[in-house]
Amino acid sequence: MSQKTIDRSHEYVRIEGVTKRFGDFVAVDNVSLSIFKGEIFCLLGGSGCGKTTLLRMLAGFESPTSGRLLIDGQDMAGIPPYDRPVNMMFQSYALFPHMTVEKNVAFGLEQEGLSKAEIAKRVGEMLDIVRLGDFARRKPHQLSGGQRQRVALARALVKRPKLLLLDEPLGALDKKLREHTQFELINLQEQLGVTFVVVTHDQEEAMTLATRIGVMNKGQIVQVGTPTDIYEFPNSRFVADFIGSVNMFDGQLVEDEPGHVRIRCNELEATVFVSHGISAPPEAKVSVAIRPEKIEMSRSAPVGTENCAKGVVKEIAYMGDLSVYLVRLESGRMVRVTIPNVERHADERIVWEETVHLSWRPSSPVVLTI
Amino acid sequence: MDKVLATLHSLAGKRLVIGVPYVWLLLFFVVPFLIVFKISFSWMQPIQPGYAPLFAWVEETQRFVATLNLSNYQVLLQDSLYLSTFLYSVKVAAISTVLCLLVGYPMAYAIARCGPSTRNLFLMLIILPFWTSFLLRVYAWVGLLKTNGVINNTLLALGIIDQPLTLLYTDFAVYIGIVYSYLPFMILPLFSNLEKHDLTLLEAASDLGASPMKAFFKVTLPLSMPGIVAGCLLVFIPAVGEFVIPSLLGRTDQLMIGTVLSAQFFSARNWPVASAVAIVLLLLLLLPILLFQRYQRRELEAAKR
Repeated sequence: MSQKTIDRSHEYVRIEGVTKRFGDFVAVDNVSLSIFKGEIFCLLGGSGCGKTTLLRMLAGFESPTSGRLLIDGQDMAGIPPYDRPVNMMFQSYALFPHMTVEKNVAFGLEQEGLSKAEIAKRVGEMLDIVRLGDFARRKPHQLSGGQRQRVALARALVKRPKLLLLDEPLGALDKKLREHTQFELINLQEQLGVTFVVVTHDQEEAMTLATRIGVMNKGQIVQVGTPTDIYEFPNSRFVADFIGSVNMFDGQLVEDEPGHVRIRCNELEATVFVSHGISAPPEAKVSVAIRPEKIEMSRSAPVGTENCAKGVVKEIAYMGDLSVYLVRLESGRMVRVTIPNVERHADERIVWEETVHLSWRPSSPVVLTI
Repeated sequence: MDKVLATLHSLAGKRLVIGVPYVWLLLFFVVPFLIVFKISFSWMQPIQPGYAPLFAWVEETQRFVATLNLSNYQVLLQDSLYLSTFLYSVKVAAISTVLCLLVGYPMAYAIARCGPSTRNLFLMLIILPFWTSFLLRVYAWVGLLKTNGVINNTLLALGIIDQPLTLLYTDFAVYIGIVYSYLPFMILPLFSNLEKHDLTLLEAASDLGASPMKAFFKVTLPLSMPGIVAGCLLVFIPAVGEFVIPSLLGRTDQLMIGTVLSAQFFSARNWPVASAVAIVLLLLLLLPILLFQRYQRRELEAAKR
């Protein structure tokens, strides 16, 4: 999904300097954002970062303290939820317990005043799309979690909204079902051409679903970009640390050239050579972030004197597809390294208390100044 | 062995806990009910205890003779007084119940939706009148409603009316009395139901295009049905048999079944007929209770799944 190009010609949602205060607490702090037609935009952040409040403002359940929200060019100020061209899938699904699946899905269409025949036709089609045709007459309490999730989705989508808001859509599902449903969601989105705004705290979910991710922290959007951008080119220590795991070393710039930089880190004996320039004042305090999978580990010393470290393996976590090693450097610092388990036989694998050499390419480290 | 003893012990404990209320009901409900049931088949007697025994030892034939008197029940069918008072009682109770629902639902809704501290204050205010005697509170209404009572005097003084209104001894006064006295029994079950509602359901309804009014009728109202049914039964059933309120506030030309019942017991001292009235009333009121229980069981089963 991350490779999908974004058509930036249709700005569908425009958030302009939106702030939301609850008493003294600033839930959303001066957020500006554009979401384009047909994309799956993920708002990603920890709990209390303001992502759900932002979503609820789009749905109309909260109104901004200041700033403007435009959907399809129309200012949403003063428009109640029931008059917005937006539908939401709730985290708890919020299915009406006293109605059958069919009735739940028909509810939104009944409010539009469509004919009985038209409603029945569209409900039937929608239930077929989410493969719940056989469950039309069941009540929500007679369904499994995954089926309820699909009813909630069908209920929101049957109204043919231009914008669908999803609050932790996969949060209540178990891991296997979640993976399966992720791809279903993407297919459905492509099939129906709806713009999705997804709120999630699960970075894996955001990575697979999103065309673009907006990372939120303390009410602010700290970075917006494709999943690849966010992962490979984080713009701050917060984003690098929040998305995936990372080894972060504090250091100082010792050489700053347009094509490369050299950084000295207290916890690393060798200097770090980075093969791209950065924009930071000389002698600035910087952080070097290296992803665990970008570190190579071997028993023999690497060539060269830079971008390397020596340590002892202290922990190994076997995950099946890959293994996570925790290596203690001579400075006492623990470094996380992941190695794919290419070989089935474990004879060649590095074991506990072995002395190993770590190395990485000059293009791998990310230098962060904020 | 210890295990067996422990099991026996816990079983005994369980039995004891369940048993106490059953013994209570047996002593103070089943036994009196059977006595009333028995009396309803006997003859009236001017001497104590006021009714003839059902079983008597007859010297001549040397055997026990049971004399079952069904005429008490026949009286209920033949004398139109009983049917008309019963129908009138049901009508008064039904209208009072609807009025209680109309007044009580918005109150229960408001209480369920306000903050925890105000909520407790309001609940307290609902329950507070119970601290005064029921009889006293009904008497207070006499003072308010009578011809030269508080309400008429105030309206006269304000110049809104120039003749005192006949408020007391009317159906209107009975409705006021019943609604006023039984309102808490409507509000409390409704409140306990409404309080549990998941408010995201209303957000979902709103999100799907329903105005707040529509969302109320399509979501809140159907989901509060168990509370409505419970509240209505708690008001309707005692209201049918009510005799204090109609005898203090009500019409003199039209009695309620409860008033007739108490008059038969205490004034006419016709215990057998009074017992027959009590039995029939009980059987007729059993019907809505059974229906409610069936409804509740269905809800419970639905909730379990």
